[in-house]
Amino acid sequence: MANKVWAYIDQFKGAATPASWEAVAVARTLANQIGGGVTAVILGSGVEGLAQTAFHYGADEVLLADDPALADYRVDSYASTLVAAAKVGSPAVILFPTNTRGREVAGLAAMDLESGVIPDVTEIVLEGEQVVATRPVYAGKLLAKVVCSARPQMVTLRVRAFGKPEMDASRSGTVTKIAAVTDGDKVKVTGYSESEGRLSLTDAGVIVSGGRGTSNRADLQPPDDITDEKQKEIWRAQQGFKLIGELAQTLGAALGASRAAVDAGYIPYSHQVGQTGKVVSPDLYIACGISGAIQHQAGMRSSKVIVAINKDAEAPIFKLARYGVVGDLYDILPALTKAMKERLGK
Amino acid sequence: MKIVVCVKQVPDTAAKVAVEGGKVTWGDAPLVINPWDEYAVEAALQAAEKGGGTVTAISLGAEEAKEALKHALAMGCAEAVLVNDPALAELDTQGASRVLAAAIRKVGGVDLAVFGKQAIDGDSGVTAAQTARVLGWPAATLLASLSLESGTLKGERAMEEGRQRVEAALPAVASIVKDYGEPRYPSFMGIRKAAKAEIPAWTLADLGIPTPAAAVMWKEIMNPPARQITNEMITGSSPEEIANKLADKIMEEKVL
Ligand SMILES: Cc1cc2nc3c(=O)[nH]c(=O)nc-3n(C[C@H](O)[C@H](O)[C@H](O)COP(=O)(O)OP(=O)(O)OC[C@H]3O[C@@H](n4cnc5c(N)ncnc54)[C@H](O)[C@@H]3O)c2cc1C
Ligand SMILES: Nc1ncnc2c1ncn2[C@@H]1O[C@H](COP(=O)(O)O)[C@@H](O)[C@H]1O
Repeated sequence: MANKVWAYIDQFKGAATPASWEAVAVARTLANQIGGGVTAVILGSGVEGLAQTAFHYGADEVLLADDPALADYRVDSYASTLVAAAKVGSPAVILFPTNTRGREVAGLAAMDLESGVIPDVTEIVLEGEQVVATRPVYAGKLLAKVVCSARPQMVTLRVRAFGKPEMDASRSGTVTKIAAVTDGDKVKVTGYSESEGRLSLTDAGVIVSGGRGTSNRADLQPPDDITDEKQKEIWRAQQGFKLIGELAQTLGAALGASRAAVDAGYIPYSHQVGQTGKVVSPDLYIACGISGAIQHQAGMRSSKVIVAINKDAEAPIFKLARYGVVGDLYDILPALTKAMKERLGK
Repeated sequence: MKIVVCVKQVPDTAAKVAVEGGKVTWGDAPLVINPWDEYAVEAALQAAEKGGGTVTAISLGAEEAKEALKHALAMGCAEAVLVNDPALAELDTQGASRVLAAAIRKVGGVDLAVFGKQAIDGDSGVTAAQTARVLGWPAATLLASLSLESGTLKGERAMEEGRQRVEAALPAVASIVKDYGEPRYPSFMGIRKAAKAEIPAWTLADLGIPTPAAAVMWKEIMNPPARQITNEMITGSSPEEIANKLADKIMEEKVL
């Protein structure tokens, strides 16, 4: 049994986060190497339907705790339920997606199981049954190869770092029901409010980001009733972000921002990319009016294709960019949106 | 009301961190308080100011970590404690959590322990939740707002999909994200007070716990491979021409 690889399925309101399937696919690869099976662990309420998808992505077995008491995510019961199952199943490895929930469920489980968690991993190899995980540290300035000597080895996988998981709809498997462990509920959930951008930055395949440059267009005249200089600047930035939003919509992209744009009040913090914002690795990252400070790079340097649009040919962002345009975002963006619309038939 | 805030000393975000001879170096860049922990200190101070209480800052690290504690004192914390023991050089987050939990217990009578979201050296982001588990306290992590009312913590957690409103009975652990609001600058008086402060150092013997074994180990640390990219500047005589060339390139990359 000790060669089993488990994948923790993170879900929010019944929908699995796409990165959970990445974890199942990586679990499949590891299990094939150590000759074990793949178990997907699904916790929640009304989540039985996720089992089928887990099989399609490579799970042989699903452990399912489907209980109204697990309806809202709360770290204590989710971790305790997982821990109870792991004590019975003794997996060699448990993989989690790296997100706000994955990190802490793994963290708590590591304490209870007297093992350890390796967070935010971008590469994994096996040496026998020993996982050797590579992870960016110091905001991606360095890479560490990390091992966990205890069992189970708990690893959270950086979202989108392992490629698109393959699906095979002919696969199936067995569902085993397990009991929810909810007596340890210390944090009560009293409500939700959904945030502005529905497309999560970390899951996004394409991101268009704006920086301080969005507010820099001299011929743009704010309406007369805005007299405050700060408000004028924000108004200008909003015109810039409107252009960014139009390109984003055309590309089906999420909206990102630099810290300078966030701090100046152009856009909420939830959009910030960087060392003290979100770490993203989309296939395409388009930076508009962003200089590319080291702290911004920390959040986006692992993007596959980077495009930079900036007025200043010396901006550091160009060093990272596959394609660079030295120009004013107010001129380039509308033309780019139009050109992309034509090519995408929109 | 007694509040603890855990702060770590790390290389500045702008530091050029590199590996030389198998060791992490950052040239002459300064060590600073972990930027996320400044938000934690701010939240701790505001909670203490509203509820009538004091804040004790705790750092686990070598002698130089006193600088992070001095920053916390200068911001307004009443006391600071360094946990420093040669046996703690090779800690993983599980071990750090056990040690921090023991220090929080030794402070005694703590209602709330506040953490940053993540330490920007190890980038783990798990210590707050893990410490809560050791203490057996609720883990109210990633809070964008925090208030204490008659023995209950209320806050809003920032998750990817939006905000989750949570409540937990004190004592509790909280971690704070940037939406909480900008941390205050140290005051002139605060800086003077901090410069003169005697910061006690506790060892594992003082905490009365054995050296935690490290399950997770950094086997190797290396400089990342240089990014293999060819820069291509797109030029043209009009925005339309540039946009059309760029659009063709983007389509060729097959990333949409
Ligand atoms: C502790 C700490 C943590 C930090 N964390 C982060 C983080 O997580 N994320 C982050 O992004 N930053 C972070 N920073 C801030 C970072 O150092 C930079 O200050 C910030 O990224 C700059 O944002 P910017 O590029 O939008 O602004 P600027 O550096 O001001 O750059 C604006 C750019 O826009 C260009 N421009 C101007 N007008 C136009 C126009 N009309 N068209 C096209 N281009 C134009 C300019 O040439 C310039 O290059 C952090 C800093 C610290 C100290
Ligand atoms: N050595 C330490 N001393 C004090 N606090 C720490 C230490 N390590 C981590 N923390 C706290 O735990 C938070 C999360 O750290 P980490 O899990 O290492 O990313 C930090 O923001 C600090 O509040």
